[in-house]
Amino acid sequence: MPTATFRIWRGKAGSGSFQDYDCEISEGMVVLDAVHKIQAEQANDLAVRWNCKAGKCGSCSAEINGSPRLMCMARLSQVPLDKPVTIEPMQTFPLVKDLVCDVSWNFEVKKQLKPFAPRPPDAEDGSWRVLQRDVDRVQEFRKCIECFLCQDVCHVLREHHFHDRFIGPRFLVHAAALEMHPLDSEDRVGQLRETDGIGYCNITKCCTNVCPEHITITDNAIIPLKERVVDEFYDPLRKIFRVFQK
Amino acid sequence: MIEHQPIQYDVLVIGAGGAGLRAAIEARAMGASVGLVCKSLLGKAHTVMAEGGVAAALSNVDDRDNWEVHFADTMRGGQYLNNCRMAELHAKEAPARVRELEAWGAVFDRSPDGRILQRNFGGHAYPRLAHVGDRTGLEMIRTLQDYAVHQEIDVHMECAVIELLTDGERVVGAFAFDRDRGTFKVFRTKAVVLATGGIGKAYRVTSNSWEYTGDGHALAYRAGAALIDMEFVQFHPTGMVWPPSVAGILVTEGVRGEGGVLRNSLGERFMFSDIPPAYRNQTADNEEEGWRYTQGDKDARRPPELLTRDHVARCIMREVKEGRGSPHGGVFLDIAWIKERLPAAAEHIKRKLPSMYHQFKELADIDITEEPMEVGPTTHYVMGGVRVDADSQMTNVPGLFAAGECAAGLHGANRLGGNSLSDLLVFGKRAGEYAARFAQENSAGEIPGDHTALVARTALEPFDRGVDTDSAENPFEIQQDLQKMMQDQVGIVRNEHDMQAAVEGIGRLRERAERAAVGGNREYNPGWHTALDLRNLLTYSEAIARSALARKESRGAHTRLDYPDKDEELGKLSVVIRKNPDGDLEVSWEPIPEIPEGLQRIIDARK
Repeated sequence: MPTATFRIWRGKAGSGSFQDYDCEISEGMVVLDAVHKIQAEQANDLAVRWNCKAGKCGSCSAEINGSPRLMCMARLSQVPLDKPVTIEPMQTFPLVKDLVCDVSWNFEVKKQLKPFAPRPPDAEDGSWRVLQRDVDRVQEFRKCIECFLCQDVCHVLREHHFHDRFIGPRFLVHAAALEMHPLDSEDRVGQLRETDGIGYCNITKCCTNVCPEHITITDNAIIPLKERVVDEFYDPLRKIFRVFQK
Repeated sequence: MIEHQPIQYDVLVIGAGGAGLRAAIEARAMGASVGLVCKSLLGKAHTVMAEGGVAAALSNVDDRDNWEVHFADTMRGGQYLNNCRMAELHAKEAPARVRELEAWGAVFDRSPDGRILQRNFGGHAYPRLAHVGDRTGLEMIRTLQDYAVHQEIDVHMECAVIELLTDGERVVGAFAFDRDRGTFKVFRTKAVVLATGGIGKAYRVTSNSWEYTGDGHALAYRAGAALIDMEFVQFHPTGMVWPPSVAGILVTEGVRGEGGVLRNSLGERFMFSDIPPAYRNQTADNEEEGWRYTQGDKDARRPPELLTRDHVARCIMREVKEGRGSPHGGVFLDIAWIKERLPAAAEHIKRKLPSMYHQFKELADIDITEEPMEVGPTTHYVMGGVRVDADSQMTNVPGLFAAGECAAGLHGANRLGGNSLSDLLVFGKRAGEYAARFAQENSAGEIPGDHTALVARTALEPFDRGVDTDSAENPFEIQQDLQKMMQDQVGIVRNEHDMQAAVEGIGRLRERAERAAVGGNREYNPGWHTALDLRNLLTYSEAIARSALARKESRGAHTRLDYPDKDEELGKLSVVIRKNPDGDLEVSWEPIPEIPEGLQRIIDARK
């Protein structure tokens, strides 16, 4: 069987280093298979997070030859094997060990966002009447598997470390799913501007490019939310209207 | 060694898939303080993998549906070994649980009149599965997760419970370790809900991830709870078979619900050749009628591809064994053919089955709108599990509750697709409610200090053994050997000789597991985690093998070559597994709960 070399980050943030592992490969293998094989045969303590191995749970995010991807969906047939395949953890989050990083910040962010608040039910049995065309848009956002690759690649978080003032593409998609939910009655526009930091996004579409679920993050989620913020806070006519309202 | 004082909750929920989240939400709503422990990150549990839908007799698409029909379908699918009270509660309460999800933000696909759309699935008489394309599980877990994080529930992510603590009678807490830092945690709690899911990791070809190591089954067993029906392991008929690295990944039954057909290498729709008597009246006898059924014709009967999973899996095995399989040892599942019947079929397939399209395109270079898939059976679900009271979900150990896949009773000898997601909701809620009530009525017990010290010591032994010694065993190798053995000897088709060999093999693996050695330190060390998992894997694997040996008949998901027929007497009994006072695994029988007259009438009316 042919072999390939995998250059995997081992250890902690300050003290770690890349190590090379040779691994036999076979037809159809993905990067995660190689990592597992290396773990079972050569490095039992190699830390890697994974679950479904089918692109549905978003656990095995990493950077493969520098590009953020799910390891379970990265086929070796699409990666050059004539030189070592570099596998390293996501760079935007603190490293725990090897390929595993501490993504708990994301879970804290979600708690701060206003939850879903439905309008009163349409029918006596507590249900609603909504047409498919009204949910199509939201369903795109709800495909998100929370792999956090969009967070990883976003320069506001990756380069500028604005974790304390910017919620990142994942949670802008989450906010869009709630704001555009046909049953939701909450208003999140003020929060988006003031605490969620939507203004920091300068729509470079890096997030859209890495999304394994192919969610059109920038065009369909972030830009419409930005428009809502602009309409609400920066529309000159509305500004005048607000003055008179007071 | 144990760094902190015990963490105290009224209710501790172990597992954060659908059942665990639903239980935690309910217990919290009842006023209990709730801790929720999960081995992965929140929202990654196996519920996320569920594709087809959640079964509930909402009767949005076909008004002939109601709880009685759902109940009768569930009992027939389970070959009447089900706990009928659970089947009744499940059928009655599922619709309210699904509507509740909508109130919490779930966005189901819609019917033309704006209600929740429902689709056909194997063994369900009418279109009954509320769904979101083929990613219903993701929608469900995300809805529950997003709701739960605003309910003041303490979530302990990447934390694994390795022992339940009892005072000899009731459960008083749990012993766990943090997977990332490797430190120990002790929980002191008035009630515990087990919601740990399944056992698929004991098999080589499986749709389950590393998490499914039967923790709840093994924890409950060691704490003195009874397990029932462990011989019934569901092999889903359609898993991917090629390429090898993706073998076992699930292909949703929804493909067949949308008109997908199974063919052998001769191009024959082989499912027409063997339709079980119990289903003959409800099954189409020609291709035309089957197609009309999948397109919503209420006068048509369902195609044989939508017979129960146990039967479809056996038929696929037969085709492969008799030389009519596909090149890589499966059969063909074809949805592309519907372009003969539907305009814009490719778009229709992508819209109805988006993740299947994506999965085959990216992992196998196959465009399912153009060519057939190759599929074969994959380990999917265990019907058996911890025996619980139907109404409260409490086990025979006071204060210990179980819900979802790790509990037994609802599904009998075979589970219908879609009944798992509804099971999680209905019995997750009940377990949470009754656990909170138990916590209100009982004070916290005392943590047995000697027991926690022993558990901590034992857990660290793999580090002390030294990886370089001659006797050292690699924990991953032991696990792989177990998987191979269970697959070959306690798999889809079973016999006495193989299973006896497996029981002996498990004994040898247990000896090897005692020599499992790991290097490195306690921080996020998968070698250590795997060494700790072996104990549970071996415990329930023995329970499966010994239960399967005891049941000398073929019924539902349990197929024996040496006893190919049903035995009427055994159809009234469940195999029970318990730990005897000497610490050994003991097998016994007990009668299944008697079916009251009212429920029996419902069953008979639909036989």
